[in-house]
Amino acid sequence: MAEERALAGVSEVQKKIRSAFDVFDHEQNQTVDVREIGTIIRSLGRFPTEAELHDVIAEIEEEEPAGFIRFEKFLPTMSRILMENKLRPVPEDLLLQAFEVLDQQKKGHLDPEELSRYLTQEGDPFSQEEMEEMLSAALDPEKNLIFYRDFVSMMTADEPW
Amino acid sequence: MRAALLIQRWYRQYVARLEMRRRCTWNIFQSIEYSGEQDQIKLYNFFGFLMDHFTPASSERNLISHIFRESEVFQDAEWEPYFCYKSIDVPDMYTGPHLTFPLTVNIITELVEAFKHKQHLHARYVLQLLGETWRLLRILPNINEVSTFHSKEITICGDLHGQLEDLLLVFYKNGLPSVETPYVFNGDFVDRGKDSIEILLILFAFQLVYPNDVHLNRGNHEDHIVNLRYGFTKEVLGKYRVHGKKILKLLQKIFSWLPLATVIDQKVLILHGGISDTTDLKLIAKLERNRYVSALRPPKRPQALSSSDGNARFSGGDWDQYSLVGRRRVRSLTHSNPASSRRELQRRSLQNYSTRTGHNVEEELRERRRWAGLSASCERIHDLPSSDSDPDSGEVLETDAEEWKQIVDMLWSDPMSQDGCIPNEVRGGGCYWGPDITEDVLNRHNLRLLIRSHECKQDGYEFCHNRRVLTIFSASNYYEVGSNRGAYIRLGPDLNPHVVQYQASRSTRELTLRQSVGRTERSALRALREQVFAHKSDLTSAYEEFDPEHTGVISMKHWAVATETVLQLGLPWRVLREQLVGDSTQDGIINYNDWFRELALMDPNTELAHTGLLETMYRHHSNLETIFRIIDTDHSGLISFEEFRQTWKLLSSHLKMEISDKAISDLALSIDFNKDGSIDINEFMEAFRLVDCSHAQILISMNGGTSPDPPQPSSPS
Repeated sequence: MAEERALAGVSEVQKKIRSAFDVFDHEQNQTVDVREIGTIIRSLGRFPTEAELHDVIAEIEEEEPAGFIRFEKFLPTMSRILMENKLRPVPEDLLLQAFEVLDQQKKGHLDPEELSRYLTQEGDPFSQEEMEEMLSAALDPEKNLIFYRDFVSMMTADEPW
Repeated sequence: MRAALLIQRWYRQYVARLEMRRRCTWNIFQSIEYSGEQDQIKLYNFFGFLMDHFTPASSERNLISHIFRESEVFQDAEWEPYFCYKSIDVPDMYTGPHLTFPLTVNIITELVEAFKHKQHLHARYVLQLLGETWRLLRILPNINEVSTFHSKEITICGDLHGQLEDLLLVFYKNGLPSVETPYVFNGDFVDRGKDSIEILLILFAFQLVYPNDVHLNRGNHEDHIVNLRYGFTKEVLGKYRVHGKKILKLLQKIFSWLPLATVIDQKVLILHGGISDTTDLKLIAKLERNRYVSALRPPKRPQALSSSDGNARFSGGDWDQYSLVGRRRVRSLTHSNPASSRRELQRRSLQNYSTRTGHNVEEELRERRRWAGLSASCERIHDLPSSDSDPDSGEVLETDAEEWKQIVDMLWSDPMSQDGCIPNEVRGGGCYWGPDITEDVLNRHNLRLLIRSHECKQDGYEFCHNRRVLTIFSASNYYEVGSNRGAYIRLGPDLNPHVVQYQASRSTRELTLRQSVGRTERSALRALREQVFAHKSDLTSAYEEFDPEHTGVISMKHWAVATETVLQLGLPWRVLREQLVGDSTQDGIINYNDWFRELALMDPNTELAHTGLLETMYRHHSNLETIFRIIDTDHSGLISFEEFRQTWKLLSSHLKMEISDKAISDLALSIDFNKDGSIDINEFMEAFRLVDCSHAQILISMNGGTSPDPPQPSSPS
């Protein structure tokens, strides 16, 4: 019984991976552009760092990197990631804490310039475009401040499909 | 440091989720759009097939002929008076822009300003402008050759689709067309957007003033048959109630005279759709492009007489007008036919045949005789069969077929990433071509780059085939506000394309990523729900196969498989399930009856509800609209009961549906709201709008009343 359930579980996982992959498989030929792999993995509820992402890609790429990834290589790797719960989700409260760490004076908000500097230089730096996009969502335009609590709620509220 | 990593990881994840949704949404719109195009072509092929194979006894034959009868072919000397603008007066109270000819830049600038302020150009000036345009287009070659000498940079725009705001944005960013700022506009100026005629007038005006610096390529929407479905016909008739028909007629000619491609410095090829493995620019340069009034229908020459039965196989006739258009040599009547035969001809053939057309029939017959090598005396016109049931009622000559294929490929094809060349089943016309074909065709013609349009791209442009093919699309927010950017290309003497992007509507740019995705998504889901509703019976049958005991529930897996089998949209149903099915799903099980109930509430007492007629009508409503517009040849907006009935019979036999005559009559009566014996097309179409789920009613005014809820726009066509 347990085994049946486990097998059913595996098949469900594979279906999920298949669906996500299909969204980006424009030609319907079991391949996606390698640049979409990050999006696919994340849409499946995983939180890789850039380094982890590169590792995954290196593992599933063709021997001669051709710019695309084949499903037959993607499936086993991604299945393992999901079944073994790798690239684990970041708990929401940790995310809030990360912002609070930057807000040493406990004002409840952050300055956009400072945050931009920080996020484009530290960790896995954001590109200019990423930073601008995040600001457009996070910034309160009247006060020119980032009320991070609201922002965190918004980001964590959306259910992944 | 750790904080940064956490935030970054989370944010990227969030963006990826949004991107997934955006991509799904995009796929929805695109698949519905393409299946609509495919539908259109199928519908048209269906009518064409009927034309070729109609049965003798049917009154349907007359209807079909009537539908497809292009009005008289005009000899050059004859059409001028018809399209003459001079008899049209501009009233004193007209406050719109005035045109004087020859046009100058100042006049055009005022015209553009007027359009910005939502004014319309008076029909007199429209006809005058179109007349001048036609004169110019006739002398242009099929392939424009342009050069970047004097260090000119050329600007290339893609599809505009009636979105005036985008054209104005391009002019604002890039400058108006001029000797210093030459432009190529790569087709699809019309349809879908609401200012198609204004865009045409502006482009034509600039071309008249700068004929060496403004180049227009024909797109697949520069085609009156496509326009019937996708909104341009409707727009013109709405804006020009008195002269709209004339304007559309003249535009038919103009579209057929638009050049097919532009080549820059003999190295960069620009055309609307794409290429195929058989693309041959030499052939294209030589053909008579104006013979191909619509790319959806090949021109036919009447079949040569066979001596055995002496039958001149006179087909539905008016298709052959296409072939006559090109060979417009006026011949005098050297051979007089017995008057009786001519009368007979007229009686047998189509309604309202004028004597002018009668002459064309004469020419046609003479031509056939010549080809058959028979002397005039053998011709037995009165041997024309009373039934035109010949299967080969008009042949497509080999050269014509080849030329036609070249044109269709140029206007309808799309690139694919695999090698090879396969028919483009999704659109229903042209082909899918691969990188190897690009290499081959470009090398064969000594070209470096292919610039094309035809496909909407999220960023307004996209390279493919090792950057040898560049797609450029200039209609931003095409599917929905925030769906995509538009772009144009600047090309200098080094022939390296430089892309400039934009997005119309300030409010769009201010939408956050999330809001713009959300909005587009809601729109796509609405469109998708309509598709689902329209196929309810088929879907129900498919679900019941997995649910033999009719419990009303099936697993998600089965639901996905069944839905794709029926709708064939190639969409990721499992990913879409939550958004699409919503409350009727729980723990991987879907209650499909509940789901359908949510989508629509129907009055169980209507006979129509039981026959599935309503559902079918809804599914085919854009086809219906097209059909109605085709029937309504005088563009009056009204069709008779009989025409309506016959149309329904045709469509239902095509769809293999059983509909009783009584049901159709009842339906016709019910939509005749003002009880005057004719049906207003617009009111009829309005009756079939799917209202949003919260009220969820299909509107059918059985009593001639209107619905309590205002109708909402239906599918994005």
